[in-house]
Amino acid sequence: MTAIVNVSLKNGVLDSQGKAVHHALDSLHFEGIKDVRVGKQIVLKLDTDDHDKARADVTKMCEDLLANTVIEDYDIELIK
Amino acid sequence: MKVAVLQFPGTNCEYDTVYAFKKLGAETQVIWHKEESLPSDTDLVVVAGGFSYGDYLRSGAIAKFSPIMKAVKEYANKGGKVLGICNGFQVLTESRLLPGALKRNESLHFISRHHHLKVVSNDNIFLEKLSVDDVINVPIAHHDGNYYIDEESLKELYANKQVLLKYTDAEGNISNPNGSIDSIAGICNKEKNVFGLMPHPERAMEMLLGSDDGVKMLEGFLSA
Repeated sequence: MTAIVNVSLKNGVLDSQGKAVHHALDSLHFEGIKDVRVGKQIVLKLDTDDHDKARADVTKMCEDLLANTVIEDYDIELIK
Repeated sequence: MKVAVLQFPGTNCEYDTVYAFKKLGAETQVIWHKEESLPSDTDLVVVAGGFSYGDYLRSGAIAKFSPIMKAVKEYANKGGKVLGICNGFQVLTESRLLPGALKRNESLHFISRHHHLKVVSNDNIFLEKLSVDDVINVPIAHHDGNYYIDEESLKELYANKQVLLKYTDAEGNISNPNGSIDSIAGICNKEKNVFGLMPHPERAMEMLLGSDDGVKMLEGFLSA
């Protein structure tokens, strides 16, 4: 099973990188962009097929290490 | 006075820190991160600056799981004094020994230069040799120094006099280099035994190098 973890800054926490990318896209004349957020993606290959166990394990990994929950949110996608 | 200076892979300010505390007359020891305990008679632990674990994932995020950090947490929880400078501040926030977090500088640039700081609170051992509103000149050198804390916790910081230093100009007017909330450069915990700041007092020990304002800061720890 593969777990895809997306980590991004919480809403309300200024995302300077997102702003810089937004600005760059504007200066390239791409139109219609309302907001840009830059995050990171962590892909984990797991040796289990147990969905619940995988979700519980990866949630613990996010809380302990993969995200800093003071400033970041995470979401977990599991793929068989 | 015995100072233990922590060294992770990627730490690069440990010997400046040793120099600074030796100059003040303290005994110093560099402690490799694989150690599981601190020397028994340690009076102060300094988490020195640098780029522990290459700043991978987030600055300080991986260092917090090094064996020595368990000992540092126990030491701090028993009231032991801990100072985190630059990457050390990041390690202490990641370890939850200090509140808040350090984000990428708002400009996205690495900033390395002297900066003025204003003393906000001296009701603690670290800054007791300085007066409130004193303006000092100390080098900064960081990429992730943009201090963030939620509004509610920020109010608590002020109420408990945990905001120690703010970035200013030479006259003491707020001048924010990195986007830190309220221009905060350094804080302490509620119990006032764990301190963290992004600027480098250990690099401000000699007038020959531009400033010796770090002496008055670090001296505070020696009066204990």
